[in-house]
Amino acid sequence: MDKFTTLTGIAAPMPLVNIDTDMIIPKQFLKTIKRSGLGKNLFDEMRFTQDGQEIPDFVLNQPAWRKAEIIVAGDNFGCGSSREHAPWALLDFGIRCVISTSFADIFFNNCFKNGILPIVLPEEAVAVLMEDARKGANARMTVDLEDQTVTTSDGKSYSFEVDAFRKHCLLNGLDDIGLTLEKVSAIDSYEKTLGQSRPWV
Amino acid sequence: MAGKTLYDKIWDAHLVDTQDDGTCLLYIDRHLVHEVTSPQAFEGLRMSGRKVRAPEKTIAVPDHNVPTTEGRDKHIDNEESRIQVEALDKNARDFGINYYPVSDIRQGIVHIVGPEQGWTLPGMTVVCGDSHTATHGAFGALAHGIGTSEVEHVLATQTLIQKKSKNMKVEITGKLRPGVTAKDITLSVIGATGTAGGTGYVIEYCGEAIRDLSMEGRMTVCNMAIEGGARAGLIAPDEVTYAYVMGRPHAPKGAQWEAALNWWKMLHSDDDAHWDKVVTLKGEDIAPVVTWGTSPEDVLPITGAVPAPEDFKGGKVEAAARSLDYMGLKPGTRLTDIKIDTVFIGSCTNGRIEDLRAAAAILKGKKIKDGMRAMVVPGSGLVRAQAEEEGLAQIFIDAGFEWRLAGCSMCLAMNPDQLSPGERCAATSNRNFEGRQGRGGRTHLMSPAMAAAAAVTGHLTDVRELM
Ligand code: SF4
Repeated sequence: MDKFTTLTGIAAPMPLVNIDTDMIIPKQFLKTIKRSGLGKNLFDEMRFTQDGQEIPDFVLNQPAWRKAEIIVAGDNFGCGSSREHAPWALLDFGIRCVISTSFADIFFNNCFKNGILPIVLPEEAVAVLMEDARKGANARMTVDLEDQTVTTSDGKSYSFEVDAFRKHCLLNGLDDIGLTLEKVSAIDSYEKTLGQSRPWV
Repeated sequence: MAGKTLYDKIWDAHLVDTQDDGTCLLYIDRHLVHEVTSPQAFEGLRMSGRKVRAPEKTIAVPDHNVPTTEGRDKHIDNEESRIQVEALDKNARDFGINYYPVSDIRQGIVHIVGPEQGWTLPGMTVVCGDSHTATHGAFGALAHGIGTSEVEHVLATQTLIQKKSKNMKVEITGKLRPGVTAKDITLSVIGATGTAGGTGYVIEYCGEAIRDLSMEGRMTVCNMAIEGGARAGLIAPDEVTYAYVMGRPHAPKGAQWEAALNWWKMLHSDDDAHWDKVVTLKGEDIAPVVTWGTSPEDVLPITGAVPAPEDFKGGKVEAAARSLDYMGLKPGTRLTDIKIDTVFIGSCTNGRIEDLRAAAAILKGKKIKDGMRAMVVPGSGLVRAQAEEEGLAQIFIDAGFEWRLAGCSMCLAMNPDQLSPGERCAATSNRNFEGRQGRGGRTHLMSPAMAAAAAVTGHLTDVRELM
């Protein structure tokens, strides 16, 4: 997993609420057995017509946001399925950070496992960031994970909360499995007591 | 000190390690695996030379991609689907996990197979790379969906890194009225709380109307906890649960059964437990409902009319306008005037034997509307066999339904069963998102009995008129 420290980039405004995982990556693209290459199908049904033409109105098809690295979204981003293909597609497209008032639980978790930072901010802050994102390629937002701040192109700064352990893993690009395996003796002893306390498991 | 909730008790019993910041390592009792969200996890294990830590607690079954027509055990036409199913065959073999391939009569939707085979038991932690893992909460098991990185983590360590959620109680008091089912309960709860209402919580469903439900109905309720945004939904185990579990292939037997039963009996929330949020609905206020939009929170009683965007507030105004446009609906239209092209009965929400019985009871001696496409997809090979034995299959076939093999089918358009653009479907599944059942397809969610009623009349219908 790539480290996430600071990011200065273009933010795409997506004010729609309840952007679900079927919108982020429709199920016909889940048939891969790989993690890479999903960026071209990110938001597929919103981005392309049935015969594969770009839909000009869609934000990521507009010149100002083609190279967006941040999405500012409406409430409850990422609701729906557990598919990790959603963060994989975002990452493959180049999105490293999503900002919203709220996220669906599993999607939120999945982001951290892939080096994407999901940021929850109050409605007023998201509204200001949304306006800033609407300025397009001339306005770059800065996300600083160490300081836990998002700063607009004109210098307004907002602090966000992030779980300390997840922050540590993201800053250092740490793999969860490796960390957990350091605790293998605790797992061993849990399994031993399990044999007595709940042997039917 | 306040008492504990059911969630607190299960959580405490599975703690392997707690860090200072509250991040916990939780032991996982059952890990369910399907073909879509697991290939990258097994690939990760291979790349790092790791094994599956507890293959005997890991159960795999292909369901999302598989066609539901005969011959699929010999050949799957779609190449990508075939590759995923073959990858699961190989991974199950190489890593020595329990496996139900398509050729096995026990194959079916992972959330139907787990309980049916007795893998899911009260008080367990159950995870799967699928959000509807919430279904298993009906047994008083802490069950939730995980992403593929977490699938790999559980395969390698049999644990999951977790932070505790908050406790939410959803109480359904009193009795349900005739024609009202578990599906109407769960949709009505989401209608009341919204799709983000449960975010950050584990829900425990309780109250007389929940207690009165069969195990199958309870699974329907918990299945959609995720649509309400919750990490998991739980129902405390009771006699109904024990009776369902007893004798299943992987349920404990003899002295182990007695020991298990003793432990299960303490799996309930204490009277003085603390709840972070409480929602109460009256059972008698719940009507047969349908969804009108593209979010599961877009729920209305079948007697209602399509709302207008201005009926909502904030970001939902734009979302509702978009929904109505996508669904091709005009505000003010009576729901019962909405015509239907397709009926889909199945999925992990409503693909069990009682669901098929409820639909068949409406269809008996009737025909589906001319030109209607209707299919029943049993949730597992065993459900299918039982329905054939009970004569339900014949009722469906006589009515004009297609009688399919088990799988996820038209719940999500990953296999050949799909809607065409603009096609409108009465579905017993759990998601009405844009494109969920096929690009441009329009989904109305409802109970099996309501879907059967729509098949007969050709439009959304109040099932109580056909009872
Ligand atoms: S039936 Fe539908 S919701 Fe259930 S596991 Fe299959 S695709 Fe998911």
